[in-house]
Amino acid sequence: MAVIEVQNLRKRYGDTVAVRDVSFTVDRGEIFGILGPNGAGKTTTVECIAGLRTPDDGTITVLDRRPRDPELRKLVGVQLQESELPEKMSVREALELYSAFYPEPADWRALARDLGLDEKLGTRFAKLSGGQKQRLSIALALIGNPRIAILDELTTGLDPQARRDTWGLIESIRDRGVTILLVTHFMEEAERLCDRLAVIDRGEVVALDTPAGLVAAMSSEQRIRFRPSAPLDDSLLLAAPEVASVRHHGSLLEVTGSGNLLFVVTSLLASHQIVAHELRVEQDNLDDAFVRLTQRTAEEK
Amino acid sequence: MTIFRKLTVNELRLLLREPMVAFFAFLFPAVLVGILGCIPDFRDPSADLGGLRVIDVYVGIAVALTLAMLGLQFMPAVLATYREKGILRRMATTPVRPMVLLAAQLAASLVSALISGALVLAVGRIAFDVALPAQFAGFVLAYLLAALGVFSIGLFVAAVVPTGKAGNAVGTLLFFPSMFFAGLWLPREVMPGWLRQIGDFTPLGAGERGLHEAMTGHWPSLLSATVLVGYLVVFGLAAARLFRWS
Repeated sequence: MAVIEVQNLRKRYGDTVAVRDVSFTVDRGEIFGILGPNGAGKTTTVECIAGLRTPDDGTITVLDRRPRDPELRKLVGVQLQESELPEKMSVREALELYSAFYPEPADWRALARDLGLDEKLGTRFAKLSGGQKQRLSIALALIGNPRIAILDELTTGLDPQARRDTWGLIESIRDRGVTILLVTHFMEEAERLCDRLAVIDRGEVVALDTPAGLVAAMSSEQRIRFRPSAPLDDSLLLAAPEVASVRHHGSLLEVTGSGNLLFVVTSLLASHQIVAHELRVEQDNLDDAFVRLTQRTAEEK
Repeated sequence: MTIFRKLTVNELRLLLREPMVAFFAFLFPAVLVGILGCIPDFRDPSADLGGLRVIDVYVGIAVALTLAMLGLQFMPAVLATYREKGILRRMATTPVRPMVLLAAQLAASLVSALISGALVLAVGRIAFDVALPAQFAGFVLAYLLAALGVFSIGLFVAAVVPTGKAGNAVGTLLFFPSMFFAGLWLPREVMPGWLRQIGDFTPLGAGERGLHEAMTGHWPSLLSATVLVGYLVVFGLAAARLFRWS
């Protein structure tokens, strides 16, 4: 069941079109990622969904309401980029104050503990590290016990350990039934957390799939690298229809192709009694898929 | 209502954590009265001031000074910073409208001004025998009108400046001429007539005139009241139209 529906969203600032045509739906209880290069229109899209900006065209419904419906402010928690607090306000004061904004707030002490802020409660905002500020920002987005959490650049500024801890927290929040809309440019984060992903580039959705589906769709090509135990004539390999190219990197051989490439190459080697040392099959990850996707749209333009 | 109160208390607490602001807003006007009162000549009636003592005049000026510091220098800088740092935007994602934070900041500034003003009156009365305003209701009226007029100018500044630093700079730029016309350096009573007449149309000149009139037993003049309401309406409406939340 869809909790967020975006249809043909369009938003421009002056002469610049930030979002050209974006449509997607987010289902209840999933972690939905919006992935895209800088300036692709990710933040504008979520700001429209959060009711902070009015789209020029297109429709958005959130929990069957218009984004600007005041009722939604109780049901949707938002963590924005570059949103600070007064410098001299302490973590405790911020958590207490913001929890008073909501009719049924979460227990802010537990939230502070989950986010590793319990030892910083007396610290003023200006004295927090970048990562601590970010975690406080996440806490404030979750403090109202929202049904949907919108998190923009969730782990930017966090060190690798804090990033992994935050991922764990996000998963535990999803397990409580909260739907999460995540904006990110970290592939690892998208791959680990998201059930589905929309890749946005130049204001348009260029792909919408599961992380694994995206990778599979984009990587028609396979790559095998190995060091042959004896010299091997390229033409032997190229004779096989599955092999597209053979390249030499010193003594290392790189074979690309499609279909049952690994089987074809290894049986060919076996029949010539050549052993493949350091054999590696390289598979695309989300990173590669993403780069290829955004390059493809760049060439089309 | 309880959210508004919480936010107001929070704003007051933040104000007290800025040592310079806390000193100048709460104590400086009273300290100024104390210092001036220690000069023997200022405690003698003066013919130039129509038989009043310098210290009598400066109590009203010090009260106006509080309003100018809070309304022109402090408040615009705070509100512009709140916008610049995305604090208003963050609030826009919660059930509480950013407007409530703005109102709470105004309330906190007003409460600070009231405390500081009361302190000035107390120091004047206790240390130097300055009579409390003879027309007390008129004094409160003049005070509130002056506060509203000055604060709406502060709001207007907060609405149009891009950053907190710019807010502070513009506020300071407005502060000095405003306080000049209120008589901080040269009491209105000894200004040349034409200068005083110009002052009558400035917010703090009109405010100080109203306060002085109430100190000496009169209701604030219609001119002062009209000028202050005018500032409230013009700058209040302009601020409401121009204020950007992000």
